[in-house]
Amino acid sequence: MGGDLLQQVVNSFLIGSVYALVAIGLTLIWGVMNIVNFAHGEFLMIGMFIAFWSYTLLHLDPILSIPICAAVLFILGAASYRFIVSKVMTGPILAQLVVTFGLSIFLANLAVLLWTPDFRLIEKPLLNGTWTLGNVQLSIPKFVASLGSVLVSAGILLFLRKTKTGKAILAVEMNRESALLVGINTERINALSFGVGAALVGIAGAFLSMYYYIYPQVGGLFGLISFCIVALGGFGSIEGAFIAGILVGFVQTLGGYYFDPAYKYALVFLVYLITVWIRPQGLLGW
Amino acid sequence: MAVEIINGKYDLNLPLAKTEGLPDLGGAKIEMVWADTKGEPKNGQAEAERVVTQDGVVGVIGAYQSSVTKTASQATERLRVPYVCSDSSSPTLTERGLKYFFRVSPHDGIFAHDQFNFLKDLERIKKQKVQSVALLYENTEFGSNVGKQEQKYAQEYGYKVVEDISYTANATDVTSEVGRLIKTNPDVLMHASYITDAILFTKTFKEMGFNPKGMLTMAGYIEPGYLPAVKADGDYIIVRSTFALDLAKSKPLVGKVNELFKKKYGIDMSENAARSFTAPFVFADAINRAKTTEPEAVVKALHDTNIPGDQVIYPWKGVKFDPQSNQNIYATGTLVQIQNQQYVTVWPFESAAKDLVWPFPAWKSRK
Repeated sequence: MGGDLLQQVVNSFLIGSVYALVAIGLTLIWGVMNIVNFAHGEFLMIGMFIAFWSYTLLHLDPILSIPICAAVLFILGAASYRFIVSKVMTGPILAQLVVTFGLSIFLANLAVLLWTPDFRLIEKPLLNGTWTLGNVQLSIPKFVASLGSVLVSAGILLFLRKTKTGKAILAVEMNRESALLVGINTERINALSFGVGAALVGIAGAFLSMYYYIYPQVGGLFGLISFCIVALGGFGSIEGAFIAGILVGFVQTLGGYYFDPAYKYALVFLVYLITVWIRPQGLLGW
Repeated sequence: MAVEIINGKYDLNLPLAKTEGLPDLGGAKIEMVWADTKGEPKNGQAEAERVVTQDGVVGVIGAYQSSVTKTASQATERLRVPYVCSDSSSPTLTERGLKYFFRVSPHDGIFAHDQFNFLKDLERIKKQKVQSVALLYENTEFGSNVGKQEQKYAQEYGYKVVEDISYTANATDVTSEVGRLIKTNPDVLMHASYITDAILFTKTFKEMGFNPKGMLTMAGYIEPGYLPAVKADGDYIIVRSTFALDLAKSKPLVGKVNELFKKKYGIDMSENAARSFTAPFVFADAINRAKTTEPEAVVKALHDTNIPGDQVIYPWKGVKFDPQSNQNIYATGTLVQIQNQQYVTVWPFESAAKDLVWPFPAWKSRK
């Protein structure tokens, strides 16, 4: 019993922390721009493909291609904002809603066109295998992905709290007009936040690619779960997204193990519904 | 490729291969209209309606996912257009009493039955005793019906079902499912999945060290993308099949068809491709005999279908439909095992191409 529980707790944390990193990117974009990035799952997919191609073509292990994933996704995110999203920021709310949705469909189909719908796996990542600690099997790539996700999440929080640019992002998140008044270039902050949000999910993609299969539709369920995490944690709250990500990992894994695997995602959405019923602004939202 | 063979002239022992087009319809050629369902049941219905009402097709084939075939064939039934399916395997498809729907390939009831016959043979011939099984299946049309069939046969054959897990297809993480399997420690795992789950489960089995004596699986594990993704981690898993390239030894037609296939697509024929291959021949043969594309006449001709075993690329006695259910009564399955990243026939034991590896070698003992 003890061993089983410990194993499932470990598994919960391993998946939850990666969810958290994916969701933090999404919540950042939402917080700053009040735009739901429906293409977030596809950004994740592109991050995974970049890691895959870096491995296949440049023989670069995913752990080493993290900077490439982050950089490419940063550019992709900032460009998506500059050339697509910014055009509808002042338009009707419906246009703001559907624009990223359209982008997601475009990216998923572009990936099918470029890379076929086949499944890929990074065959021999540098970090491979399992540690056995007592009764617990700890997958090394999952452990590293989880640890990396926690570190990157902490890093982004420090960046937002301690740097001038980070503080400017938070200022825009709190009150766009006031931020404009004190001389913050909000357009630049928008593009930057979109870029950073995308870079974060790109990093998550590199981590996931160490042990997860890669194909054009891989972003779907991850995207959906990250929306749920963002709402659960409170729209725009980085800490909230982190806590909610871990929570979802626990609900899903322990619920699947002790209750019934068929309902594990239903349980996740049930917890979400109950939370927003009691606290509509989410756990740490305001 | 099947349509090319029907429309062109090929020296192959397949229906209508040696003549150009349909000889009894003045050499008429078959024209294909494609519809992409993206594996979604709602698209199955919409696309079936589109090809019938807009493109005016005289018959419908295909749909890999049983859930898609289900909605698509309901649409064609309403529109009174014949449908020949050789891909989907959910037993319920031919239990609905549809008049225009025919299935060439075996269904999961037959496959599930095979799995338990295999376990009995294992005990009888190889003296390997199996007592408990765990059932694991994805929760759509295909998987949940396999689960039901396996439950039924397990009781009938006297095997103890120690775990019965239905899970969400396309899950992001399956550690809780595998955790439950490890806890109950079954002799044999029976897994019905599509490809995404098959890949994820294989990785998780290895990572968490799940070592039953045998893994009997369906569908996902034999899709063309599976082995390229998991490579050697797929070894020793047993999959239900209707086809394997090693059939060429006893059936030269298989080798010839695969040669053509390889020339055209650059890869060997997979089990999925082989299954899809037959529906166009069955259809064309019926239309040719009906001498018209009028639906009622084609349905009647389909009922009279009698394609001999030497004209199909599977180890069957041929194609002949049950007058009630429209299921091919000669369709049977085999079991293949992945050995050195190849699918080889291992059961029925008398037609095995290679010896079965049993029990499943523990993950830790492999390189």
